[in-house]
Amino acid sequence: MNRYTVAVLVNNKFGVLNRVTSMFRRRQFNINALTVSETETSALSRITVVFSGEDQAKQQLINQLYKLPDVCSIKEFNAEDAVSCELLLIKMKNDAQTRDEIRHAADAFGAVIVDYSKDYIMFRLTDSTGRIDDFINLMREYTIMEICRTGSVSLEKGSSTIRQIVNL
Amino acid sequence: MLLSGADILVECLIEQGCETVFGYPGGQILNVYDSLYTHQDRITHILTAHEQGAAHAADGYARVTGKVGVVISTSGPGATNLVTGIANAYLDSVPLVAICGNVTTAQIGSDSFQEIDITGVTLPITKHNYFVGSVEELADVVREAFLLARSGRPGPVLIDIPKDVQIAKCEYEPQETQQEVPKSAAKDIRIEEAAALLNAAKRPFIYFGGGVIAAGAQAEMLETAEKLDAPLGCSLMGLSAVPTDHPRFLGMQGMHGHYASSMAMHHADLILSLGVRFNDRVTGNRQKFAVGAKIVHIDVDGSELSKTVNAACGLRGDVKFTLQKLLTRLDNHPKPQWQEEIAAFRRDEECLLDKRTGMTPRNVICEINTQIGANTAVCTDVGQHQMWAAQNLSFKTPRRFVSSGGLGTMGFGFGAAIGAAIGTRERSVLITGDGSFGMNLNELMTAVRYNIPVTVVIMDNGVLGMVRQWQTLFFNRHYSNTVLDRGIDYGAFARAFGADGETAESTAELNAALNRSFAREGPYIIDCKIDKDEFVLPMLPPGGSMDDIITRLEVKA
Repeated sequence: MNRYTVAVLVNNKFGVLNRVTSMFRRRQFNINALTVSETETSALSRITVVFSGEDQAKQQLINQLYKLPDVCSIKEFNAEDAVSCELLLIKMKNDAQTRDEIRHAADAFGAVIVDYSKDYIMFRLTDSTGRIDDFINLMREYTIMEICRTGSVSLEKGSSTIRQIVNL
Repeated sequence: MLLSGADILVECLIEQGCETVFGYPGGQILNVYDSLYTHQDRITHILTAHEQGAAHAADGYARVTGKVGVVISTSGPGATNLVTGIANAYLDSVPLVAICGNVTTAQIGSDSFQEIDITGVTLPITKHNYFVGSVEELADVVREAFLLARSGRPGPVLIDIPKDVQIAKCEYEPQETQQEVPKSAAKDIRIEEAAALLNAAKRPFIYFGGGVIAAGAQAEMLETAEKLDAPLGCSLMGLSAVPTDHPRFLGMQGMHGHYASSMAMHHADLILSLGVRFNDRVTGNRQKFAVGAKIVHIDVDGSELSKTVNAACGLRGDVKFTLQKLLTRLDNHPKPQWQEEIAAFRRDEECLLDKRTGMTPRNVICEINTQIGANTAVCTDVGQHQMWAAQNLSFKTPRRFVSSGGLGTMGFGFGAAIGAAIGTRERSVLITGDGSFGMNLNELMTAVRYNIPVTVVIMDNGVLGMVRQWQTLFFNRHYSNTVLDRGIDYGAFARAFGADGETAESTAELNAALNRSFAREGPYIIDCKIDKDEFVLPMLPPGGSMDDIITRLEVKA
């Protein structure tokens, strides 16, 4: 199983996200993460899909996406040619025995404390999906109260853009 | 000019060249029906007995004409009654536009009376669907829907129009029918690769489906077959694309396909697949499917390439244009040894042929063959009769076999036969079973009301024959809920509806009955008694390969 990152530019219309995710569901694609937001123009939204599977399944996913009339363009990213990152918010139990260890680990990962009370500490970390996984695994040594992560967003390096891609 | 949404819709249907639409009125589509009333000199509406029948009629009409079929219903149950018809069109790539009314935009989302989220319901069974939020967008939505339905790989599109949008007015500007999205051949580099594979093939086989009919690529396909010296076989959806008696045509493939066709594909070293998908009913066990063959696959829908079976070369493009380019790169390669093998397969098939006399399934279909003309559409329902029809019917003209392939919809046939008769402007024949006929026989009302010439041949064995066949083979003859024996007098039934009909117990009686039906107007029902333990053969058991083919059975209860 490989991991693929695919960016999809879609019409920014009511229900488009549902059309995309409904197709993933009925064709049983194994989606690891999905983000969606408006883009440089309000007419378009950008969906970033992180997907696990074989190459043939990835090609099928792209081909099926092309069949949706609201999909404008699709770009597959290689790790080397793109910048990808993800945002994590994590709430840790705050007690005297583990407080210093947790803060040291957070420092090592560059996670920032965004809220603090005598009961809990909330960290924010922006990094690659892999580094965020590592940080969470480390935090499992202590008491994780709550996690929220955004899923990966990606942009291609260089001056080319997804909107320049001509489909077909 | 300032028009209501309902009038704009009807104007747009006329713009798109619609002459006949099918449907059923109701509360939330009343305004559209009022516009259909005022425009009845320009567009004909056929009222069916049930919305499902209307959807199948629009489907049958689209299949025989190649035009977009149109079906109209009200909201809620009217819309959900279309669902099977839309799904059927989706799986067989039939261009269809379904138009539903809905409650007013202010009421949407409040679970109002007869409100249903039909765009949500039909999301996975349409190419695309639209909820029209304002009258200003309506005309362009209708135009785009027709374009989408017939372009690329055709399919159904649904338009959901709230009642207030039908009432609201806006400026309507007539437009010419939009031309299709330009068709293009596959990439040159892929065509080069395909040509190299084809020129090197020793035992090439051409396997085609409904995509060849949709693209109108029959001539190019036959020319390719001549150059490669290759035989042809097809999926159920490909039937009628080439004349059945074409010397290179071996017949349908798959679970109940022709022996010679399936054997030739199984032994090929190259399969050129045209506008066809490798459905499980064709391949059986995909691990054992044509293991020695490289596959060159041309399809307008890129997602079909290497979807279930790996293609050595996948070409996304219009089948006709791609073949035109490919043909210039093909050499003439006579293959006498391959032809010898194919002739041997044909001889084997000849030996396996059911040569019994009397009311055998094959003899019933052969009687029908003697009656139908080149333009006669033959429709089927789903089950044993469908396979017997697919195996034995003889076609001369494309688009004259109308059958539910992908979805396998029992009850498809009567609606489809009505649509087909209107589309061809002549008598259509429905071959059905007593099981399937029971599902939508209410459409006899429609055929009588509009005096639509449909000859219904019920292959009446008193059982759900296909399921029974599986129960015989794989379920220890536990005939669970497959014995019908309803004892219906179909002639009396037909007369009660204002039609006529009779029972045929021999081929001579069938012949006479068919003659009577073709000599008259309107619908006619022939109840054709056949034995309950007739089998569809050959048969590839589910998950099996050609090595497991069942060609003969001595099964008698």
